[in-house]
Amino acid sequence: MVRRIGPITIILAIAAVIPLLDLVLPAELALSEAVRSVFIYAILALGLNVVTGYAGLLNLGIAAFMAVGAYTFGILTCEIYPFQFGFWGGLALTVPIGALAGFILGAPTLGLRGDYLAIVTLGFGEIVQDVLKNLDSITKGMQGINPLPSPALGGAPWTADDERKWYYLLFALLVIVVIAVRNLERSRLGRAWFSIREDEIASRSMGIRVERAKLVAFATGAALAAFAGALSASVLSSTGEPNNYDFQISILALCIIIVGGIGGVAGVLVGSLVMVGLNSIVLAKATAWMAAHDIGGQGNVLLSPNNWKFLIFGLALVIAVRVKPAGLLPPRLDRSGS
Amino acid sequence: MIDFEVFVQQVITGLSNGMIIALIAIGYTMVYGIIELINFAHGDVFMLGAFFALTLLGALGMEAWGPGGQTIGVIAMLIGSALFCGSLNWTLDRLAYRPLRGSSKLSLLVSAIGCSFICMNLGLFWGGVPMEVFAGGVASAAPKDFPAIIPQTNLLGGAFIRITPAEVLVFAVTIPLMVALTLMVKRTRLGCAMRAVAQDQTAAALMGIPVDRVIGATFFIGGALGGFASVIYALYNNTIGFQMGTRAGLDAFTAAVLGGIGSLPGAVLGGLTIGLVRSMSDQYLETRWTNTIVFCILVLILIFRPSGLLGSTRKEKV
Repeated sequence: MVRRIGPITIILAIAAVIPLLDLVLPAELALSEAVRSVFIYAILALGLNVVTGYAGLLNLGIAAFMAVGAYTFGILTCEIYPFQFGFWGGLALTVPIGALAGFILGAPTLGLRGDYLAIVTLGFGEIVQDVLKNLDSITKGMQGINPLPSPALGGAPWTADDERKWYYLLFALLVIVVIAVRNLERSRLGRAWFSIREDEIASRSMGIRVERAKLVAFATGAALAAFAGALSASVLSSTGEPNNYDFQISILALCIIIVGGIGGVAGVLVGSLVMVGLNSIVLAKATAWMAAHDIGGQGNVLLSPNNWKFLIFGLALVIAVRVKPAGLLPPRLDRSGS
Repeated sequence: MIDFEVFVQQVITGLSNGMIIALIAIGYTMVYGIIELINFAHGDVFMLGAFFALTLLGALGMEAWGPGGQTIGVIAMLIGSALFCGSLNWTLDRLAYRPLRGSSKLSLLVSAIGCSFICMNLGLFWGGVPMEVFAGGVASAAPKDFPAIIPQTNLLGGAFIRITPAEVLVFAVTIPLMVALTLMVKRTRLGCAMRAVAQDQTAAALMGIPVDRVIGATFFIGGALGGFASVIYALYNNTIGFQMGTRAGLDAFTAAVLGGIGSLPGAVLGGLTIGLVRSMSDQYLETRWTNTIVFCILVLILIFRPSGLLGSTRKEKV
């Protein structure tokens, strides 16, 4: 049987040719830093989607695992520490450490009811930020760990100017993550997750080891978030300050999967484009445009597009849940056979 | 050797802040008790209440009223903020939560998180209002000074321990409110209806109780308590900002869980405990670790005693 070309393939194919549009479009539109964050947040949101979309466990602290990834990568690769594994070594080690962090938080807490688990993960997100801020002898506090290595394939280390290289590297990594997640979805484990999400007690009586499956989902989500954190740190060549991984980031990831379509990969990709596009491209461009035309400034709070962020996220969540609970691109319900 | 005076002073501060936290915690615990929703927006409703009070203060020029007038001013702010927060909380329920009754608990929670963000953003805009009390609208995100109408002088004269009128006010407002609320829940028809809805919505509806109206009333009362709390918080701490709702909300939620969510005395006990833990940690450990300690308490309580100190153990319904 010929496999249908699904929405995921189409989205990824479009993403693959976008940089070539440079030839026709004005260059500053295509490959800004903001586009890289679309990929990074897509990976983060795919991680959250494994926990919240597949297994039905609301995680409000996914940004904390991103922070764990970024700082692990920083400590493993920065020249001020003794390890200096380099980009690929650091990236490879970040993933299991992220999974371990997920395991450590998940093991004692996964028995909790859904809303209590949400609060524990939220609390964990705040604790991680405070710890990163307060242990400044290790984490350099508000300065963040820097400089961090870039992939440096082919000669000189990459800089922020090598936009096309970064684009295709992040694109390739996203494709790998998508393939991995799609395979998980169709595996025995993935089916166990869906089953637990729909009815935990029924799943247990069907012989699914619920605790184990939940824990694996939690650790997988944490590992993907850590992966995204390491990539983000490498792109910026710094972990940034601990506040860069605050509750707002966890909510951005939640917005992505809710708006795009919770439980499906294609929805998450669309959601990343919409939400991160809104956050980092539309708002940033609007700010730049208004500054260039001398509108707004410090005087009026309403005239600074960045001040509308919370309102946009909030409305996106409230409206999406009410009007389109399945998201823009809901997952197909029938998963049999494919 | 712990300095005894410093310790007593910290107890007073801790209990005062604890009473405020408890008043917010009651809002969480009532809503959770009745529809099992963690009303994320509650902390931000509290924050908007403080902005409302400051606006009222500025609009009526209460600062210049002299001592007698300022007493009336404080009463006006308390009532105004309570009505404002109650109505706001009721509106949130009407627009964002009621349409979702019957859908999954997670979508309700997500909707509440969305409301919290919307309210926080409204607070940011509010801080930019070009009024004298908001520093003329400059730097809307910056914390605002709340005028110290209630003096922070020592009532005990030159004694070594300070008790200020602001602290007296905290207790004078919170204790009667808590007593009144307990009586309302235990004695009145509405309270009885609330307890019935909390136990079983369908059965309550079959008995002729207007379930949606009772839930709306619960949101209104919880919000109004948050409104009272916001005014005494502002008068006691003298600074407000659009992000204070998150911190206060998390403390209050921790208090509600610590005491046993759904239980009114539990919320008070939890609030006082969290207030004391915070002031002790500020004094004897380091301020920068205080939030971490409160969160660790939350996590540990949830893991080892999810029903809290005074809560009843309840199994998740199938």
